[in-house]
Amino acid sequence: MNAVSQLDQVKTGPWNGGRSPWSVEYGKIMMWFFLLSDAFTFSSLLIYYGAQRFSKLTWPAPDKVFQSIPGIAEHGAPLVFVGIMTFILIMSSVTMVLAVEAGHRRSKKEVIGWMIATIIGGFMFLGCQAIEWTHLHHDGFWWGQIPSAEELKHFFLKPEDVSLIAAQQFANLFFTITGFHGFHVFSGVIINIIILIMTINGTFEKRGHYLMVEKVGLYWHFVDLVWVFVFTFFYLV
Amino acid sequence: MSEHSHSTEGHGHDDHAGLSKGKIWKVFGILLLITVIEFIIALVFIPKGYMTQHVGNYIYIALTLLKAFYIVAYFMHLKYEKLGLQLALTVSFVFIIYFIVLMLIEGGFLNIHMMNH
Repeated sequence: MNAVSQLDQVKTGPWNGGRSPWSVEYGKIMMWFFLLSDAFTFSSLLIYYGAQRFSKLTWPAPDKVFQSIPGIAEHGAPLVFVGIMTFILIMSSVTMVLAVEAGHRRSKKEVIGWMIATIIGGFMFLGCQAIEWTHLHHDGFWWGQIPSAEELKHFFLKPEDVSLIAAQQFANLFFTITGFHGFHVFSGVIINIIILIMTINGTFEKRGHYLMVEKVGLYWHFVDLVWVFVFTFFYLV
Repeated sequence: MSEHSHSTEGHGHDDHAGLSKGKIWKVFGILLLITVIEFIIALVFIPKGYMTQHVGNYIYIALTLLKAFYIVAYFMHLKYEKLGLQLALTVSFVFIIYFIVLMLIEGGFLNIHMMNH
């Protein structure tokens, strides 16, 4: 065998070109890397929150701040409402995977059904968050705004724990981080609606695959993933 | 265009393999179970004094990471992707871990500083 024919030989290793080394479609890789960068943004926000909490001697107690169920109990039911919100978001994540699963089987009807369920779940979550925000706002919390020192006694574990700075940092970070997450949910719902319309129009049926459903699925699960962390650090810890 | 040259090396699942419906509901059950455990800790164990808030926090974080694993591995399908992609997406979080350690030490220092003044 001479030198020339060796050069002509086609290399077949995964990184030698000619094929996708990760066997993942381009758009999907880009979605993954966008989510990675988004995860960094959320991490930065949550890490700042952590640093603030570590630096303060006291912090508002989540069990005392979040204890109403709208329309049912004004107080005395700690964490129940956020439990419902968490359940809604996990549930909508499940309907999203089911839409992806139906997409693999190219079952247009099922994809439409599960996408509608996911969108409803998204709207329900946003509605709950709006109620949660309104409630906290009525208590006197907002960006740059906290209840009076007297009222704040209800939100700390012990009355002597009250710290105006801690309460203000809590309010600012709560609205910023849940707001940024809520904005992600909102854009997720909009994207889901676009994909739903495209599915109904038969765009993916003509294309022969439902990869777009998988891509928005990745985004939607990411939103759920972020909520898992927000929930832990704002409501449990 | 190079669709035909995709090899099926590695795992049995490739491009078109998805989760079965049974598996999806199983993962949902696990996520729900973990959340219920978190609520039991928050509403029963800690208020009744079976567990301190400090210990509870470590358990919460461990359970949160476990939930994150199930969402990323199964719902986002990362478990069935090629190792290269898995590494690219997970090893990057070394920077975040470093950042967490950095900022929490900083916060802890400020806390000591405030207690002394």
